[in-house]
Amino acid sequence: MHLVLFILFGGLCVAGAVNLLLQRHPINSALSLIVVMTSLAVLYLLLGAEFLAAAQVIVYSGAIMVLFVFVIMLLNAGEEERTTGSKAAYLVGFPGAAALLGVLAFVFLSQKSALGNARLGSFLVTTSDLSRVLFRDLLLPFEVTSILILVAILGSVVLARKEQ
Amino acid sequence: MAGTEFSNAMMDVPLAYYLVLSAILFSCGVAAFLIKRNIITVFMSIELMLNAVNLTFVAFAHHWHQVSGQIFVFFVMVVAAAEAAVGLAIIIAIFRTRETLNIDQINLMKL
Repeated sequence: MHLVLFILFGGLCVAGAVNLLLQRHPINSALSLIVVMTSLAVLYLLLGAEFLAAAQVIVYSGAIMVLFVFVIMLLNAGEEERTTGSKAAYLVGFPGAAALLGVLAFVFLSQKSALGNARLGSFLVTTSDLSRVLFRDLLLPFEVTSILILVAILGSVVLARKEQ
Repeated sequence: MAGTEFSNAMMDVPLAYYLVLSAILFSCGVAAFLIKRNIITVFMSIELMLNAVNLTFVAFAHHWHQVSGQIFVFFVMVVAAAEAAVGLAIIIAIFRTRETLNIDQINLMKL
């Protein structure tokens, strides 16, 4: 069951990521990124992170991607054009990313037996477990992030404001 | 007995598979970051890389039975939300002054 769900949603993740890479129109890339993020939420559930799965759907697939789609439509972004810069990027980008993937996959697969198996339901972090750590041990960092959010709100309002 | 062993085997996925999946997502993010010419798509590929790293954090949190890995993901999500808001505001400001989203034409900080 775990393996079937993993292959199904992992495959959906990879398909979405490759589609993001291949599409030329930003709105298509944004929609495939939503597919990636929603399937990642299912993978979080399989790994026993129920709060993060909900937060992934609400924050990433909901808030952040809606913001992206808003901006794409607001700026009326069309298909990207090919330029001389993109030729160099193709020459460096694909082999570089393939080499990175090769190295990482080699390291992880060579340590496969040492890393062991992930068993469904062997480790479940409930929201109360998470909040106990977050609001007791890490209260100060949590409050600091709220200041970060406040600064981000003010900064985005100032940056996106029309100049007089 | 054979049935329960089979179902036990079906309950397990090697942790390395999760890590390889996150490596694939990260590499797609890196490739899209380098290849894409649209500034919004470049920004989206950064989000893809952040998501790939989040999957690694959750997988290792599951492996070590530690909550702190998921706390990290929580903070990464908060920072990513703040970063997306500010970054998209910067993109709107850039589009106002340059009327383009092509990163080849956005090569100066000052207009």
